[in-house]
Amino acid sequence: MPARTPPPAPSPAETGLLLPVPDDDGAPFWSYAAAGELRVQACAGCGTRRFPPRPCCPRCQSFDSDWQRTSGRGRIWSYVVAHPPLLPGYAEAAPYNVLVVELADDPAIRLVGNLVAAPDAPLGSAPGDRLRIGAPVRAVFRELGGGDRRMTLPRWVLERP
Amino acid sequence: MKDAAAIVGIGRTPFAKQLPESEKTLACRAILAALEDAGIAPAEVDGFASYTMEETDEVEVAKSIGAGDVTFFAKAGYGGGGSCATVAHLAAAVATGQATVGVAWRSRKRGSGGRPWRNTTVQLPTPAQWTRPFGLLRPADEIAMLTRRYMHEYGATRDHLFNVALACRNRANQNPAAMMYERPLTREMYMTSRWISEPLCLFDNCLETDGALACVVVSADRARDCRSRPVYVHSAAQGLPAQHHGMVNYWAEDPLRGPAWTAAQQLWKHADLCPQDVDVAQIYDAFTALVPLSLEGYGFCGRGEGAAFTEGGALEIGGRLPLNTSGGGLSEAYVHGFNLITEGVRQLRGTSTAQVPDAATCLVTAGEGVPTSALLLRS
Repeated sequence: MPARTPPPAPSPAETGLLLPVPDDDGAPFWSYAAAGELRVQACAGCGTRRFPPRPCCPRCQSFDSDWQRTSGRGRIWSYVVAHPPLLPGYAEAAPYNVLVVELADDPAIRLVGNLVAAPDAPLGSAPGDRLRIGAPVRAVFRELGGGDRRMTLPRWVLERP
Repeated sequence: MKDAAAIVGIGRTPFAKQLPESEKTLACRAILAALEDAGIAPAEVDGFASYTMEETDEVEVAKSIGAGDVTFFAKAGYGGGGSCATVAHLAAAVATGQATVGVAWRSRKRGSGGRPWRNTTVQLPTPAQWTRPFGLLRPADEIAMLTRRYMHEYGATRDHLFNVALACRNRANQNPAAMMYERPLTREMYMTSRWISEPLCLFDNCLETDGALACVVVSADRARDCRSRPVYVHSAAQGLPAQHHGMVNYWAEDPLRGPAWTAAQQLWKHADLCPQDVDVAQIYDAFTALVPLSLEGYGFCGRGEGAAFTEGGALEIGGRLPLNTSGGGLSEAYVHGFNLITEGVRQLRGTSTAQVPDAATCLVTAGEGVPTSALLLRS
């Protein structure tokens, strides 16, 4: 794995957010995210990419897979703006956006995430008038949590801020 | 299966934001009311079906109401997607001799008992690891995401969603049992209400209700001897499409083509009727946006035409397809869609508070956006 730049420490406002609880199939995604890479599972037999990750390929039934690095570029497929009632850590950040991004490398792969104003900016920091289906975005990485429970999540910034 | 089983009894408790009795007590009251409606003694009950999310189980319910020896019991999964499946499973059971008197029920204190999405411990593994950390916390957020895309692709507007909310509210205003009986809705109220998850506002979301409902299913032969007019299960179906992902269907090739399409193919394949024959529909309405998607899925209009279908009063009494004539989940009660089944029965008995004249065929659907089920009922 390439050397990584340590992500900025989480801001106090973001300590109440839920951290992913990876399952066996999803764990590699989060390990690569911690290294600043956006990778998706692909079948080692027929090459078909799949998301979310799962034990075997729905196309050729192979149990062998590898994780292909993506460019981290995509477009907004859809988005919402969430308002209370919400869980406490999220209510403080509301209203905030949540996106579905389709990847430029493979539009059939879509990821849920958040548009932020800058890599170290908090949830809800992107101006609402910049949210638009089709807008090009790129992945940035943000470490959340504290103590021995830290996870790195991909977030998204506009390609043309 | 066609017309081999019938719903012969329906029962319910009052609906309210908060009822004092337990879910178990409410379940027993609804079931006994349904048996009384059918004219069948509790000791004759030998089949049960409910939802996997139902908290009262067969053992507790059977011994409380005084059921006999039970030979069939089943539960259908995926929240409100299982509503019609409970009746479908009982219909199959009585048609194949596994039971003679089946009871389906749902009892839920969703009004006073808390919001399931607040529980972060049981839902965080797959697929929640891909959605919830980003603040996509509630069913409303998950469906709002599909709604935005639907509006973008097909030109649907908030006025189309309002058409759905208004039709349900208008019917509730005719139904004294509805939580929104004396609460009319106006376009101004809708357009100025608070957001829950843009593009969905407060009135795009279903109610939060305490209440219970039940129905009794027997064979067509037995149905003729019952107290109430039988309503036949003409066709029934479940649907879990290939490569479906549940309410967060963003990873499907075509996320806007949900389980309704799969259930519909199976439903119509086994029916003597087609969508144009349906007199009245009870379509699952946890969110307004599920209705245009379901109208397309069940074949009332073409792909992308569900929003436009709602125009011109189409969903009102006298319109092309009167919708959710007791008020539905949006305005009567939200009990995981079971009130849509009982209202379908009332329409075909001719006893609805918003009766469609001479209604002989009713489509009832379960939750769209999750693995689902549907019933085609006829008088």
